Amino acid sequence: MQTTFSPSSSTLQQQHQTPNNQDISRYKNIIDDKSLTFAEKIISIKNVETSNTDSKKMCMSGDIVIVNVDLAMAQDSTGPLAIRSLNEMGIENLYDSSKVLLVLDHTFPAADEKVANLHAMIRDFVSKHNCMLIQGSISHQHILEQLATPGMIILGADSHTCQAGCISAFATGIGSTEIAAVWTTGQLWLQVPETIQIKLSGTFNKGIFARDLILDHIGKVGEDGANYKALEWKFSNDYVKRQFSMDSRACISNASMECGAKISVFPIDEITTKYLDDYPRINNNNEAEKIVIHPGNSAKHVDEYEIECNKIEPQVSGPDNVDKVHTVGEMANIEIDQAFIGSSTNGRIEDMEIVARMLKGRKVHKNTRCVITPASVKVYEDAIKRGYVEIYIESGAFFTNSTCGACVGTHLGALGENEICISSSSRNFVGRMGALSSKVYLASPATVAASAIEGKIADPRRYL
Amino acid sequence: MIMRDQSHHGINPVNLKGKAWVFGDDINTDIIIPFRFKSRTNDPYEMAKYAMYGLDPDFHKKISKGDIVVAGRNFGGGSSREQAPVALKYAGISAIIAESFARIFYRNAFTIGLPILEISEIKGKVNPQDDLKIDITNFVVENVRTNETFYARQVPEFMRQMLLEGGLVEYYKKYKHFPWIQS
Ligand code: SF4
Repeated sequence: MQTTFSPSSSTLQQQHQTPNNQDISRYKNIIDDKSLTFAEKIISIKNVETSNTDSKKMCMSGDIVIVNVDLAMAQDSTGPLAIRSLNEMGIENLYDSSKVLLVLDHTFPAADEKVANLHAMIRDFVSKHNCMLIQGSISHQHILEQLATPGMIILGADSHTCQAGCISAFATGIGSTEIAAVWTTGQLWLQVPETIQIKLSGTFNKGIFARDLILDHIGKVGEDGANYKALEWKFSNDYVKRQFSMDSRACISNASMECGAKISVFPIDEITTKYLDDYPRINNNNEAEKIVIHPGNSAKHVDEYEIECNKIEPQVSGPDNVDKVHTVGEMANIEIDQAFIGSSTNGRIEDMEIVARMLKGRKVHKNTRCVITPASVKVYEDAIKRGYVEIYIESGAFFTNSTCGACVGTHLGALGENEICISSSSRNFVGRMGALSSKVYLASPATVAASAIEGKIADPRRYL
Repeated sequence: MIMRDQSHHGINPVNLKGKAWVFGDDINTDIIIPFRFKSRTNDPYEMAKYAMYGLDPDFHKKISKGDIVVAGRNFGGGSSREQAPVALKYAGISAIIAESFARIFYRNAFTIGLPILEISEIKGKVNPQDDLKIDITNFVVENVRTNETFYARQVPEFMRQMLLEGGLVEYYKKYKHFPWIQS
């Protein structure tokens, strides 16, 4: 089901650029500096110009810096172009194949011959270079479950790479040819982003989730409200913090792309530590690679917001733009043809659980199809083990393998002319899930499940 | 695998001239090329057939080589797909002028050698089908109809060099190193 080609030990030995424990003391002045943001600290540490000297140069927002990259990913719709660019440049060897990840996730298993041929191209590349290959888990969820560590720089040829900010990595999306350049040299130029700080306070009311919070925020700041910027999330106290599981943080970091954020970073705390214990890194190298970076207290922010969790209601966004956000009450009664629960934004076990709780003993409305797609093989297995899948099937919903699938209208739930879908996926852009005349509304998995039951956009609170 | 047509590379984009196609804000990459088409080919000419498909499936048939896209805020938001600027370039678009660009699209356009110019006051200053002239060396745009001149935001020198060479692949083929590494 899932294949991991582990890098050979000889390639592992080349990882000289990642700071080890001994190195970390050299960064102490940066890590302890109270005037630097998360982004400024990590880029100062990973800056190539000073990585081999003792004097660390501080990098400030606005600076353009070449950094050492710890992980460079492409998926099945961006990888082929990256491979072609490498071929055109005549590049035969990768800098360090143990840092190169290819993922077949967007249309997996191949929905047709054209996709199958591109998948074959990627498999050939992987076996030639001995890099990592993951099939049938969404890249961002796989990276979170097995590869990301705090303080890594992760670049991916996929916009939602910023999800790994939930574990305090500097993670962001770039294009295919640039990822080919990273595969070649292990480095890329980055501009140090300015930072927006968002402080979270209050407690969620029943039926309100991380997805509602981030949709509400995007509605306020707009689709380019954080373009080029870093988001730093902060909790006003421990009580607030405990509401944000790693799954919820991942949802927020992922969806931050929808207001243009370059990175979206959560603090490292006991939830991070527990997550790393529960999901051990496959490189088994936790301590060596982990760099604990807390943003400085007196660092400069271009904007500061406070979000009171207790004031948020279930949100519904769309159609056509993510920042067109309404409360569920304003959208109630719009009839739907499909309800989709899945994607890297909201296809994690926490999402599978809430949907199972709501569908238990209930039926999907006869005019609606409900498609449930887990974000990774691990989520898929866990949903089966915990008995959720039986509940889904009983209710009349369809449970698929892990893939991007319906989120990008490529298979397993594409929309036809004039069809309407409510979805927990990332985007509702024109034609995103299929026909140009179809319409997509975005909401939390709970709101999508309530809508599946009623056959129209519905408030989840009455089912919880 | 189909090779890129060399005539598109090493373009000397110092002086561009073309007719304007005007769009609004938030033209995202799903509009520029839908996933289900771009994910089933690795051929830029095939991608070009879907340029701006989300707003007009026949866009690629209507434009002439050298035409220029003019748009509002946040052009190219959403997915990281490099196929978006590639589709526009191979459909014949010679440059994009917008009030602002989304981050990844901005990088991708320079990478593939498609000139993009950020001019915050461009809105309302260009009508559809206006003739525009662009001086890429200096990042200056002229609207021939109104005789107005606009100065685009400057970019780091290594990006300008990469653009003038026709993109990252062409730059690398010529110099055997990446443009941000000064040798
Ligand atoms: S599920 Fe959707 S948002 Fe997530 S990586 Fe796949 S296509 Fe992108």
